[in-house]
Amino acid sequence: MPVAEFRLPPNSRVRKGRHFPAAAGTANVRRFAVYRYDPDTGENPRIDTYDVDMDSCGPMVLDALIKIKNEIDPTLTFRRSCREGICGSCAMNIDGGNTLACTMAADAVRGEVRIYPLPHMPVVKDLVPDLTNFYAQYASIKPWLQSRTPAPPDRERLQSKKDQERIDEPAACILCACCSTSCPSYWWNSDRYLGPAALLAAYRWLVDSRDEATGERLDDLEDPFRLYRCHTIMNCTQTCPKGLNPARAIAETKKMLAERRH
Amino acid sequence: MHHQGIPNTQPYGCCPGRSDWLGDQDAIEFMCKEAPDAVIELEHFGVPFSRTEDGRIYQRPFGGMTTHYGEGTAQRTCAAADRTGHAMLHTLYQQSLKHDAEFYVEYFAIDLIMDEGCCRGVVAIDLATGRLHRFRSQMVILATGGYGRAYFSCTSAHTCTGDGNAMVIRAGLPVQDMEFVQFHPTGIYGAGMLITEGVRGEGGYLTNSSGERFMDRYAPNARDLASRDVVSRSMTIEIREGRGVGPDKDHIHLHLEHLGPEVIAERLPGIAESARIFAGVDVTRAPIPVLPTVHYNMGGIPANYNGEVVTLRDGNPDAVVPGLMAVGEAACVSVHGANRLGSNSLLDLVVFGRSAARHCARLIKPGQRQAVLPAAAGKNSVDRIDRLRNASGSRSTAEIRLEMQKTMQNHAAVFRTGESLNEGAQLLRTTFKSFSDVRVSDRSMIWNTDLIETMELENLLLNAVATIESAANRLESRGAHAREDYPDRDDISWMKHTLSWIDAQGNVSFGYRPVHLQTLTDDVATVPPKARVY
Repeated sequence: MPVAEFRLPPNSRVRKGRHFPAAAGTANVRRFAVYRYDPDTGENPRIDTYDVDMDSCGPMVLDALIKIKNEIDPTLTFRRSCREGICGSCAMNIDGGNTLACTMAADAVRGEVRIYPLPHMPVVKDLVPDLTNFYAQYASIKPWLQSRTPAPPDRERLQSKKDQERIDEPAACILCACCSTSCPSYWWNSDRYLGPAALLAAYRWLVDSRDEATGERLDDLEDPFRLYRCHTIMNCTQTCPKGLNPARAIAETKKMLAERRH
Repeated sequence: MHHQGIPNTQPYGCCPGRSDWLGDQDAIEFMCKEAPDAVIELEHFGVPFSRTEDGRIYQRPFGGMTTHYGEGTAQRTCAAADRTGHAMLHTLYQQSLKHDAEFYVEYFAIDLIMDEGCCRGVVAIDLATGRLHRFRSQMVILATGGYGRAYFSCTSAHTCTGDGNAMVIRAGLPVQDMEFVQFHPTGIYGAGMLITEGVRGEGGYLTNSSGERFMDRYAPNARDLASRDVVSRSMTIEIREGRGVGPDKDHIHLHLEHLGPEVIAERLPGIAESARIFAGVDVTRAPIPVLPTVHYNMGGIPANYNGEVVTLRDGNPDAVVPGLMAVGEAACVSVHGANRLGSNSLLDLVVFGRSAARHCARLIKPGQRQAVLPAAAGKNSVDRIDRLRNASGSRSTAEIRLEMQKTMQNHAAVFRTGESLNEGAQLLRTTFKSFSDVRVSDRSMIWNTDLIETMELENLLLNAVATIESAANRLESRGAHAREDYPDRDDISWMKHTLSWIDAQGNVSFGYRPVHLQTLTDDVATVPPKARVY
């Protein structure tokens, strides 16, 4: 028996699929190679290629996907909603990196634009991954304000500008799952490792001056898997389409735990 | 987000005027009174609001907001940088996790289950499995948002397809004031993304091709912060008269270079990002190309300030539909009247969301038994899905949708005439009929977005028909509804809400509800109609 299995299991190996050529005479053509998986047949996934006329297409990869769905192949399935980088629905793997299709310009890719679902997640259909576990992990860090001190009855809690700045960036997370699904530790241990998105959310509450559950939150994280499966690979920060820094948040969390021991 | 409690401003005075006297003054008073509590509650929930030097919630001026019934400009919009909506959405989701609310994620609601005038639940499809579910309920609350996607260029998401409005229409109930569609002055040219009014609140301004700050001519007092309809129309006039910017002179410039990189980085980071990505502009150096873009539907499902859906029944214009509520952009309460003020959408949904919840708590007892559904409940939804999933006509969903969007964009825009509206209504009738010849390519039950988009298109078509027919029907100009052939507001004939019913063939019939001109309490005086001046 081999020490490690490096090939995908037979039923996951990706095959060559259909090709949809552009109409004759189209001048400005880009080729999009898109992962397809049909749950009804259960056949192996395939790569369909679509030649798209970029002269009648918006600049973003999502524009091309929508054009394909509208004009070439309505069965192509993907999530999308806001098309401006705030809802996180169209997170996918484009040209080898996880990002949002709506803010990724097709021009930023050289050659064929290869589009896959977010890596290492169960695929429901085509570019739609099953995010159930991702959301459950987010809920597990209790991402809500906890305080024993009652809030003032008729006014806001005060917070200095400096304290607000500490939560400003982590609170801008859109839960697109690009970071977690780019993390090799998360690929191997997503059952027990929380992953960068949930840890960034945990950090957002750890550093919120209004939150008073810091101790309990740190207790929950102090675990060989939940937090410490982060091996500072930093793919999360590299890939975040919002320019956030989950790796730093995780490092800061580890520092808080180290400091607590002394 | 509108918050009067912190500075001593008096917001009630500006709302009836800015709504151009189509807003219901009882609901407006309710919203203004509830606003401070609602905002403070959000802060207590953990919304990461921006802060002032003394640690309080940061507030900025927004378009159309005035003090003393229009004399001064007010600074009362609470903000979390330039992503207040995102911050609220995530905080409220977190609160619902805290309270262990059960979500049916990626279920698509298809139709209301109605029984003798009462709403008993909904039929929904689970995208992951294609299974249809009948949900029985004591109260259905529609929070389905607007229908910006009936137009070609809009700021709203692909999912803004007016599904709740259409469910109500199919249930034989009316929608209200659908002719009032707000064009936001600053959508990014070409792409449509919203550039928040907060940009102008922070000091951003508009210029034409000669670099002139033209809003000084149209609104000498409020200038770039006049109401959205006023700014959108001013921009449209500039472009029409040949003073637009760009090679085709078809848009306008929005400047924030003068604010400096620090203010932009602190208060408008998301805008800087959007402009860079979608317009290729570095806002610290160059203006953003913008154009009035469909942004908000003032109209929707008629509701009272408790969230209850109302209809005109046996002469009673405020007859409650038992078991059914509507909140947010889907609803028409009507606090926005003919023209919504910037930031009031977030205030509307948080105030009336709370109000609906409280009213549910008054109406429903824990453990109350569900009524037995009529045997055929939901059968029409099953038939519809079956028909559409196997539809093999000659026109694709995308083709019909584009035709509808182009018609709406060309015939029901910032300026309207009877001729153009009627022509648009005729074109739309043809498009509506052609839906019976639609083709769906995906036959799967699993994650069939081709099918879902087709059902969304069917919903959009109902919203579009209601909008253009109501616009052709209203022979005056009021708020966002600007008729060139009827340039004046006509309070004698038209100070009333339009109700429109649509049958399965797309035929529209109209009725009216009076505007509530009386306030809820004697705390504030009713504001008598007068002309709007900026």
